[in-house]
Amino acid sequence: MTDLTQLTLSDAVDGLKAKTFSSQEITQAFLTQIDTSNETLNAYVVVTADKAMQMAKASDAKLAKGQGGKLEGAPLGIKDLFCTKGVRTTACSNILGEFTPTYESTVTQNLWDQGSVMLGKLNMDEFAMGSDNGTSRFGPPTNPWRRKNSNVKLTSGGSSGGSATAVAADLCLAATASDTGGSIRQPAAFTGIVGIKPTYGRASRYGMVAFASSLDQAGPLAKTVKDAALMLEVMCSGDKRDSTSLHLPVPEWTKSVGKSIKGMKIGVPKEYRADGMPEEIEKLWQQGIAWLKAAGAEIIDVSLPHTKYALPAYYIVAPAEASSNLARYDGIRYGARQSGDGSLTSTYETTRAKGFGAEVQRRLLIGTYVLSAGYYDAYYLRAQKVRTRILQDFEEAFKQCDALLTPATPSAAFGYGEKGDDPVAMYLNDIFTVTANLAGLPAIAMPAGLDAQGLPLGLQVIGKALDEESCFKVAAAIEDAAAFKARPEKWW
Amino acid sequence: MSVDKNTVRKVARLARIAVPEERLEPLAGELNGILAWIEQLNEVNVDGVEPMTTPVAMTLPMREDVISDGNIRDQVLANAPRTEDGFFVVPKVVE
Repeated sequence: MTDLTQLTLSDAVDGLKAKTFSSQEITQAFLTQIDTSNETLNAYVVVTADKAMQMAKASDAKLAKGQGGKLEGAPLGIKDLFCTKGVRTTACSNILGEFTPTYESTVTQNLWDQGSVMLGKLNMDEFAMGSDNGTSRFGPPTNPWRRKNSNVKLTSGGSSGGSATAVAADLCLAATASDTGGSIRQPAAFTGIVGIKPTYGRASRYGMVAFASSLDQAGPLAKTVKDAALMLEVMCSGDKRDSTSLHLPVPEWTKSVGKSIKGMKIGVPKEYRADGMPEEIEKLWQQGIAWLKAAGAEIIDVSLPHTKYALPAYYIVAPAEASSNLARYDGIRYGARQSGDGSLTSTYETTRAKGFGAEVQRRLLIGTYVLSAGYYDAYYLRAQKVRTRILQDFEEAFKQCDALLTPATPSAAFGYGEKGDDPVAMYLNDIFTVTANLAGLPAIAMPAGLDAQGLPLGLQVIGKALDEESCFKVAAAIEDAAAFKARPEKWW
Repeated sequence: MSVDKNTVRKVARLARIAVPEERLEPLAGELNGILAWIEQLNEVNVDGVEPMTTPVAMTLPMREDVISDGNIRDQVLANAPRTEDGFFVVPKVVE
């Protein structure tokens, strides 16, 4: 039999329905892979082997009767940001201690309701704040991809680095992830896989550990565009427990995959030529444009003049909202408590000093500063107005085109420590992805080629609000034209 | 606007994070680096611009004001570092 772990999610679901193999067989195959690979790759921070086998057994019983949901029996990995009932959830922060939720996030519940099997919880940057997983309490995962003739360990990106590692290294069929400034799309680009952030509000945030509430959205990481569409269909729902979730029907996005893009108008924003961007990224972008033209799309030059202000606006909005959200970690109600000198204030201050890592503390201080008395208008309010400007740019552009094509990241995966210790240099990773978060728009990243060192590079398609369909159509056209079949050579 | 050591001390206090004295100066440097970069937002003309709320206009959903949850004391306390007789235990706050 072929190696079950190398199947796409769609093929695995079909194979399970056809009883070519059982859920227990494929689940066991993944658990064996995790067992031999995880010490090196560090993708999983919790492996729920017993639970996985129980869920697989229940799925097999349903499949035997010809029943079951859209993902019946399919083993998935879950980013440690999603609360999972009875399974430790820490957002990879020390401050959550051994926190074990007594409830389930809506996104994961939707996946279980459709029959998926949980393999475990996946590594990430602490509270999703980071671009290389260097801030995880459990240490970072390792990218299965390496440069040609090099054994330097590279990052899988962040914050959903564990999810990307697990999908790229065949340690799950697909994974949940979340994206506040690029945390799904940048890891997808760094590991040669597909990731989509839907329109803000498509997926419920209930039970997702909060970072920046006006930007956070859940989405999948998967091996193909079709797999990402299948995952997203199941993950999204209106939810009465998240008042910002959209109560709209969830389209059958899998049906968009493979549809012709003939006659579609694709915008190319000139402002996405970043200073110092490697020539290879520019070349890849031009290649993407050529592919879409060949598939019958019309290419239109557009301008998004406020693009350069997106990252600075993000670094006001995100830390400000984080400083409010993370005020809940007080060492009293859950998580790890440190007593300090025994007083209440010292308990709070010591708990938070010891529980939060350096990057989280830095962002909480920035957030507290920009929200402190007298500064709200100058910083947060101004940044929210700049967001409106950024959204208006997109609305103008979308009068002329149906979707936008851009690079996904300004570079291929990098090694730990290669970015130095300047926080702003690390923030620039999200230069092409963060605009879609600020404007709340859907955006997908998919692999499009390899650089000279043999590392994957990705392109990004940004759609109109609620038009994930165009994202999937265009992404599938690029996937088809690129015929990206490269896989990391197994060294782990 | 730039921050000094005293501002960092004040902000850390507001954020309830204990920052050792010797970290105040380096943190002021790091925060100033980020704040200087953020300053470029002042170039944007935002006259008459409303702050962003959402890309998809919608009415905030309303529901009947009825109790829809509760009687889960043990679940609420399940992850607390210290509990006693069904209560959270906190450091002494009243002399």
